[in-house]
Amino acid sequence: MSAVLGSQQAAHWVATRRLMWIHLTIWFIFSFVVHWFALQLNSVSFNDFPLGFYMAAQGSLIVFVVQLFIFVWQQDKVDRRYGMAEE
Amino acid sequence: MAFFTKDRSFIDNLPRIYGLYTGGFIVFVLLMALLERAGVKEDIIGLMFVGFTIVIYAVIGWLSRTMQLDAYYVAGRQVPPVFNGMATAADWMSGASFVAMAGGVYMAGHPYLAFVVGWTGGYVLVAVLMAPYLRKFGCYTVPDFIGTRYGGNVARLLAVIVLVVASFTYVTAQIDATGTIASRALLIPYGVGVWFGLAGILLCSMLGGMRAVTWTQVAQYIVLIIAYLVPVIWMSNKQGFGVIPQLVYGDAVARIAELEQLHQVGILKPAQAVAGMSALTVKHAAAAGTFISSVQFVTLVACMMLGTASLPHILMRYFTTPSVRDARTSVAWSLLFIFLLYFTAPALATFTKLQVLDPNLATSVIGKSLADVNALTWVQKWSSVGFLKVVDANGDGIVQINEFFMRGDIVVLATPEIAGLPYVISGLVAAGGMAAAMSTADGLLLAIANALSHDLYYKMIDPKADTRRRLIVARVLLVVIGAAGAAVASLRLTGILGAVAWAFDFAMSGLFFPLVLGIWWKRANREGAIAGMAVGLGVGTWYLYMVKWGGMTPWIGIDDLRFGIIGAAASLIAMVAVSLMFKAPDAETQAMVDEIRIPKGQTVLGATH
Repeated sequence: MSAVLGSQQAAHWVATRRLMWIHLTIWFIFSFVVHWFALQLNSVSFNDFPLGFYMAAQGSLIVFVVQLFIFVWQQDKVDRRYGMAEE
Repeated sequence: MAFFTKDRSFIDNLPRIYGLYTGGFIVFVLLMALLERAGVKEDIIGLMFVGFTIVIYAVIGWLSRTMQLDAYYVAGRQVPPVFNGMATAADWMSGASFVAMAGGVYMAGHPYLAFVVGWTGGYVLVAVLMAPYLRKFGCYTVPDFIGTRYGGNVARLLAVIVLVVASFTYVTAQIDATGTIASRALLIPYGVGVWFGLAGILLCSMLGGMRAVTWTQVAQYIVLIIAYLVPVIWMSNKQGFGVIPQLVYGDAVARIAELEQLHQVGILKPAQAVAGMSALTVKHAAAAGTFISSVQFVTLVACMMLGTASLPHILMRYFTTPSVRDARTSVAWSLLFIFLLYFTAPALATFTKLQVLDPNLATSVIGKSLADVNALTWVQKWSSVGFLKVVDANGDGIVQINEFFMRGDIVVLATPEIAGLPYVISGLVAAGGMAAAMSTADGLLLAIANALSHDLYYKMIDPKADTRRRLIVARVLLVVIGAAGAAVASLRLTGILGAVAWAFDFAMSGLFFPLVLGIWWKRANREGAIAGMAVGLGVGTWYLYMVKWGGMTPWIGIDDLRFGIIGAAASLIAMVAVSLMFKAPDAETQAMVDEIRIPKGQTVLGATH
């Protein structure tokens, strides 16, 4: 392929990169930020759990699973929009 | 009958085949329950569980034998995403996840949940940053990507070294776990059990490589997830928490907090230490909330996540899907299947703790008289093998919280007995633990042997070797590395979990940034990658040595379990700095990077290479 990217392919990469940053931001919040404040969150009760404990035992995990299925769907849409998907 | 090699019809029939297999396994469990009723001895039932499942895996391994390169290295690239998800989940969840995780939460409470978060969230990085791009690249092994993207044998060799260091650390722990379980279930000495476990592992992988490992791992996932969920659901149902206990165990957490007041958890400290065991001194759900404890939580999470995204035995699973899109989808399925176990582990720890602490339950131990506790069968059984100890330190004849010592490992294994479930459940749990350890060991051994046979032997030593020769070398290496792993395991150097955490730290120190930047930063070049791997692994290992054996005080709580933070940071700095000092990669390499960034089109490397 040529050294200069087709405009479609360049646009595809911009969209892909944007999606990457969005998902890594969500990932960062639920991996680190939430657990940094576990003590403060524990004073809140969620479904009878202390919230800080709940987020580490379950909450963050659920976010990750749901996030990935959404990511797969979104990235697939990006690939199709710019004609970069597999046949 | 070449059942597992008849490609198309076999792939189409996968749901039916594994449906039948699952049904067959459930029938087997029920049969064992009937035998127990009929008075068959417990030892025999345990033996049948472990023996029968190993025979099944070996048969699958035999049926999947192959002499084709792409079948051996990447299962012919035709594993559907959902099944690859199950295989990855089994590959991923090791003996440590299965046996030690709930025990860790039981003993250490909230801080230990960093493992639960880290070992799931890492898959976000795998899906977003790595797997689809490596699949598009079309490599057989992870060093294959490093070697081709950066060019040259030095980069390839360094990647092989990091892979071997990380995976070998990990595999000895798995062989140790298979040895422990096999020796207990089959009533043989540990030294024999280790070699027996290795034989089982090699039967699954040697003849069919990745193809055989894939189909045995799917079978192993089914066994391990049933074995993990059934006791928890049974126990919670018995305690009135319903059949989806994961959603409603908040009440149990609250009750434990009350009982911790009553039993003075954290106030009463053990009068003397008991080697290898501990008494409960940490509150279940409380967070320490100090600066250091927060740093320790997030750094452990970060290590486990970046390690996940760098461990070659995981990444190579996504080389086996039919397309780039399937690779991505498959990561999401993997995480869902892993999630099923990981969100159950804290629930299991909570219910077991309640069983032991709550004086209203018949099973409770704390606060009971010493004579009553010593009369319990499970206490006798686990005391006799040195996993549990009751010491009446103050001589009042009552068992206090600081007088009841155990090893965390036994929480999963002993729970069915603690809760008074029939022995058939214990046999099921043993088979599950065996499946977890075997499947991870298989993936790791194959990752090491493939890197050595493909990257070291074929790419660097003998590029003219024909297919037959390459596959024979791959198999010989598999046996040799397996034997080395078993030999090291029989020395019993570290506890299972210590070695597992180190594997993640080694992998992230050496491989995380060279892999990520190879895809996301076109400017990354050979010199940078070499510096990144060498400095990362070097600095990480130095830091591990210094804090573990060299007497250095860890920086802000970054101890030996978290040395990957230091290694990966050094790797990133070295890689960026050195890349910028040398000239950008040539146009051909830059075009290759553009090519892997889009799903469309041919893989960069040919179908067989």
